Amino acid sequence: MSLLSVRDLTVKFASRDGAMAALNGISFDLARGERLGIVGESGAGKSITGFALMNLLSKPGFIDGGEILFEGEDVTQMSPKQVRDMRGNRMAMIFQDPMVTLNPVLTIGQQMVETLRAHRNLSFEEARQIALVKLKEVYIPSPDERLDQYPHELSGGMRQRIIIAMALLLDPKLIIADEPTTALDVTIQADIMELLLEMCQSNQVGLILITHDLGVVSQVTERTMVMYAGRIIETGATRSIINDPQHPYTQGLINALPQQTPPGQRLKQIPGAMPTLSAMPTGCPFHTRCAHVTDECKRTAPEVSQFGDTAVACHEVHRLQRDLPKEVAQ
Amino acid sequence: MSWDLETGPLLRVRGLEKRFDLDEGLLESLKFSGGKITRQTRAVHAVNNITFDVNKGDAVCVVGESGCGKSTVARMVAGLISPSNGEIHYGGARIDGLRGKDLLPLRKKIQMIFQNPYASLNPRMTIGQTLAEPLRYHNPGKSKGELQDKAIAVMKSVGIDPAWSARYAHELSGGQRQRIAIARALTVDPEFIVADEPISALDVSIQAQVLNLMLEMQEAHGLTYLFITHDLSVVEHFGTKVIVLYLGSICEVADTRTLFSNPKHPYTKALLSAVPQLKDDRPNHIRLKGEIPTPINLPAGCPFASRCPLADNRCAAEKPMPLQKDDGSIVACHAVEEKRIDALDWV
Repeated sequence: MSLLSVRDLTVKFASRDGAMAALNGISFDLARGERLGIVGESGAGKSITGFALMNLLSKPGFIDGGEILFEGEDVTQMSPKQVRDMRGNRMAMIFQDPMVTLNPVLTIGQQMVETLRAHRNLSFEEARQIALVKLKEVYIPSPDERLDQYPHELSGGMRQRIIIAMALLLDPKLIIADEPTTALDVTIQADIMELLLEMCQSNQVGLILITHDLGVVSQVTERTMVMYAGRIIETGATRSIINDPQHPYTQGLINALPQQTPPGQRLKQIPGAMPTLSAMPTGCPFHTRCAHVTDECKRTAPEVSQFGDTAVACHEVHRLQRDLPKEVAQ
Repeated sequence: MSWDLETGPLLRVRGLEKRFDLDEGLLESLKFSGGKITRQTRAVHAVNNITFDVNKGDAVCVVGESGCGKSTVARMVAGLISPSNGEIHYGGARIDGLRGKDLLPLRKKIQMIFQNPYASLNPRMTIGQTLAEPLRYHNPGKSKGELQDKAIAVMKSVGIDPAWSARYAHELSGGQRQRIAIARALTVDPEFIVADEPISALDVSIQAQVLNLMLEMQEAHGLTYLFITHDLSVVEHFGTKVIVLYLGSICEVADTRTLFSNPKHPYTKALLSAVPQLKDDRPNHIRLKGEIPTPINLPAGCPFASRCPLADNRCAAEKPMPLQKDDGSIVACHAVEEKRIDALDWV
């Protein structure tokens, strides 16, 4: 049984003009200890996916259908108590800005002990000892002193290390990391990503890494899911997504990176911008920016089809795949 | 000081320094220690003794991590804040310390593009008003019709439909807003653009659009750029020359190609290796220990010494001076000077 199984998950946002779909029936699975990257631009639905998994959606957002099976239990049907029990305990989340995650008026130690004692029947001393061990695991220098410090006394990189330690406190099965290094500098980012990878590997923790940075995904994850306008448009092994992308959007995203073009020449840009929720085009959401657009693309949204180890939602790719055997035969 | 304008650099920065005082008032500066009241003023040393040139037509990139003084340099060059020390010369004339009306001709020549197009456009102005305002301000003699024609011409040149002039900034996406910000900078036909992280707030596919626009505008108007960024892949693509800053000091200045093929300063090497690559097959990642020291209490020696694997007693005591190398690059590092750098088996 997979650790996480999402089926036809639809998330909508209520507005004056009626409910608008931020996620359009997405489905994916995550095996135990697997590391999955979710890539896409702002507004693609990456973060909403993470929030929905943790049952953290707040009004006006709501889950409008589908199921999220985590270790066989449907997160969408859980009572508030069950959700509290799951969050931080079996499933933990790491956010972009560590200063927002940490409580500024509590010491690091108080926050870690509080988390532990909320979920486990531990004495204060026992909890503090566990916190100390976890801080050592994430290579925090002089962890004893850190426990009595406040978040503002620490640097950004150190704070994000502490967040990782806190996420691992209760030995969760799954960590959802939403842009965990976007607020950090490159040299610190490389450090934190390596730590996250090491922690997930050594503790057999599943990881969902939400990011816009394909380079980060390529370093940390085994499988990658590309999202566009609330849909999954391509999923597959990270290596094949990066080396041999199928969907025109994924191709465009990779080709748009400066390192794909010789210095000084024009970058290969994707024209236009992602449609907004209120002005979603009919058919394939990418057809307004796609070079291979046909009438079919404008009419119907493409289904996700499996080709080898990648799954793609694109009429053009489907056509090519259908025609390929014929061409080979000729 | 004078030099040949035809061959000399367009922008010349000498010994630039900027301190921001933390304890402004008298009471704030009083400290009680050891039974005595003493006066102490602390300051953030944002930029320390920076010297560089920008030639006409160059795209000079300033890179470094947050807090290294990149944006402060940009703001001083654009004349938004004045330096604590040092000189800035533009086109042969000294421009630091100019005030009020004296700044006006300079503002026409040097324009700035900011990082966040959500904050840099006035939400109460339409796009048309946003573009017309600098035009009207700098060309008081021109008629309304002339100004409008110019605004429309600029809009067309950056790929904005002139029909948008009646819209407000909130009706546009981030990429479109940044186009407007670029268009606004171009309305007064500047020679020099200071761009402070102009694409960092944008999505990947939009970043490419804006970067392409900046390259096109450079060709069309013969612009010179001072480009502030932390994204090294953008630097490699866009820049002709790179200045690497660390804690307000210059580590290395070199041609883009030289810097990327043969980085010399240990920090530059670490920075280059830390960039996540798509094809993840590089053998050595460089691990830098520790964090950037605070710019309030600057170390006496090399600012990078606390994180450098090659740091020795000299590095801790004496700040390295920027020295020119055979290939034209300028490096401030004792280890490079003493040829100890080869001991580093990085990159």
